[in-house]
Amino acid sequence: MIRDDLRCIYHIAAKDMRTYYLKPPAVSWGMVFPAAWTLAFYLRSPSNFDDLIPGLIAMTILFSTTAAEAVVINFELRLGSLERLLLAPVSAESVLLGKVMGGFFFGLLMTSMVTLGTVLGLDLHPDLLVLIPVGLISLLVFSSMGALFSVLFKEVFEAQTFLNLPRFLMVFLCGVVYPISAMPWWLQQTSQLLPLTYTVEGIRAAFSAAPSSSSKDLLLLAVFLMLFLLPAMRMLRKRFE
Amino acid sequence: MNAIEVRGLIKRFDGFTAVDGISFDVKEGEVFGLLGPNGSGKTTTIRMLVGLSRPTEGGAKILGFDLSSGITEAKRKIGVVPDSSNLYDELSARENLLFMAKLYGVPKDLREERAEELLKAFGLYQRRYDRFGTFSRGMKRALTIAAALVHDPKVLFLDEPTVGLDVVAARSLRNLISDLHRKGLTIILTTHYLEEADHLCDRIAILVKGEVVAVDTPQGLKRYADERSVIEVSFGREVAGLVGDLSARLPGAEVVFLDEARMTVRGGDPSRVLEGIFEFSKDHDLGLSAINSIRPSLEDAFVRITGLSPTVMAREKGGKGG
Ligand SMILES: Nc1ncnc2c1ncn2[C@@H]1O[C@H](COP(=O)(O)OP(=O)(O)O)[C@@H](O)[C@H]1O
Ligand SMILES: [Mg+2]
Repeated sequence: MIRDDLRCIYHIAAKDMRTYYLKPPAVSWGMVFPAAWTLAFYLRSPSNFDDLIPGLIAMTILFSTTAAEAVVINFELRLGSLERLLLAPVSAESVLLGKVMGGFFFGLLMTSMVTLGTVLGLDLHPDLLVLIPVGLISLLVFSSMGALFSVLFKEVFEAQTFLNLPRFLMVFLCGVVYPISAMPWWLQQTSQLLPLTYTVEGIRAAFSAAPSSSSKDLLLLAVFLMLFLLPAMRMLRKRFE
Repeated sequence: MNAIEVRGLIKRFDGFTAVDGISFDVKEGEVFGLLGPNGSGKTTTIRMLVGLSRPTEGGAKILGFDLSSGITEAKRKIGVVPDSSNLYDELSARENLLFMAKLYGVPKDLREERAEELLKAFGLYQRRYDRFGTFSRGMKRALTIAAALVHDPKVLFLDEPTVGLDVVAARSLRNLISDLHRKGLTIILTTHYLEEADHLCDRIAILVKGEVVAVDTPQGLKRYADERSVIEVSFGREVAGLVGDLSARLPGAEVVFLDEARMTVRGGDPSRVLEGIFEFSKDHDLGLSAINSIRPSLEDAFVRITGLSPTVMAREKGGKGG
């Protein structure tokens, strides 16, 4: 049973990587866009470039995991090829997990490249014991968020449009480029409700000279993961009842 | 033994009943057809039997596994060809088969072999490296059937296997289905083509508005059409004026003219009818040119059983297909 499910999750993710993710549209959303955005901010007010790195990594996590999820889920639902996956001896939950893992692996690849490039290029020394767990769970959180938005809508363009709302909201409100402490208090409250806040906070902790704990961030990110993943699984199952 | 046992299966969509309490058995090794016009509930029935849709009421056993509790087990042993060919456009024929084999857990060393075997059997070997998206409708359909067979299932579900195909492609696909039948696979197929059901199926369930109105062999169904014998007679010259004399020689039979020299004779005692026709021809020197006994077609049976016009079967669903 478990073996069947794990096998299908792996093969679904691997197939999506090949057919959807490792293609120009996903790569440009997942890596080029966050890099260009960060560079634009740097050029506008050149200060310490190092300060922008945690935000760049967080943005790469967000945009790479969600780059193609609307396509892998909505497009396949429309064509009926997602249905075909459900003909195999697996549950709808595992099919959804396979889709989430596709986004996760692609995000991991993009984020690792960006992180390695900047860390080595700028000779930074992040605390890997903080950076890796925060990074991994964040990849799962945002991949699940993309999956949830995809199963909520019928069409690819609807899912993509509505996914842009939380994506851009988070880019502005979660401390990616503007520090949260500099925002009006009601925006600060809002930022507490957005998962990217904890990703940025955790990654900043990993890059800061003074070691600080990221367990609060990890815990809250785990809560967000459940809030996105479980309803997404339920919604997909509902479609086939 | 029964491969499939369906009992009181019902599917409702927001109050609309698409499948209305159907029951039937499919024997191991037979080709069983669900024949009905568009919208009669064929696809909905198949979707419930393969675990893509949950029955509102009723249940079924597939190879002894209960639909509600053992569907995952059953899925290992069934192959499904949906009504549209929904493999991956971006993958080649071979890659599509290998991917399906992986999903079903076919051991690594068997996957290639199995894919190659199927590509050859389905006449797609030359095109194995070409993307599915570039295939013709007939080739797509064939590969979709091949994909349903990679894990060597015991039961194959085929939803409208030849819909939207040209005559040649449809015929070659029917031959493939016959081959699978000969190899002992249990096949349940849906169709709204009467000839297809007649040609391929050992037994047929006629489905109308979500209900099974008859289950029988094609021959059995045809017996419903007309229990009376039907004979078609052609003469060498006009006989319309002599109808009175002819009727007098054929007690209990009904004579209907098709044109001046051709008629059908329904009913009566067959040997007396034939004798009467020969004498009639000789006495009037009509030059009897042909005499045929007409077997009722499945279409006649369908009309008689369902009360529907056969044109309801000709209506294609717009747009979708291939
Ligand atoms: N998901 C659905 N929601 C609502 N109605 C449906 C759904 N699926 C099928 N139906 C309806 O159920 C009836 C039977 O459909 P279907 O099983 O596809 O028929 P067939 O395959 O015989 O053409 C049709 O009237 C169709 O509109
Ligand atoms: Mg149908």
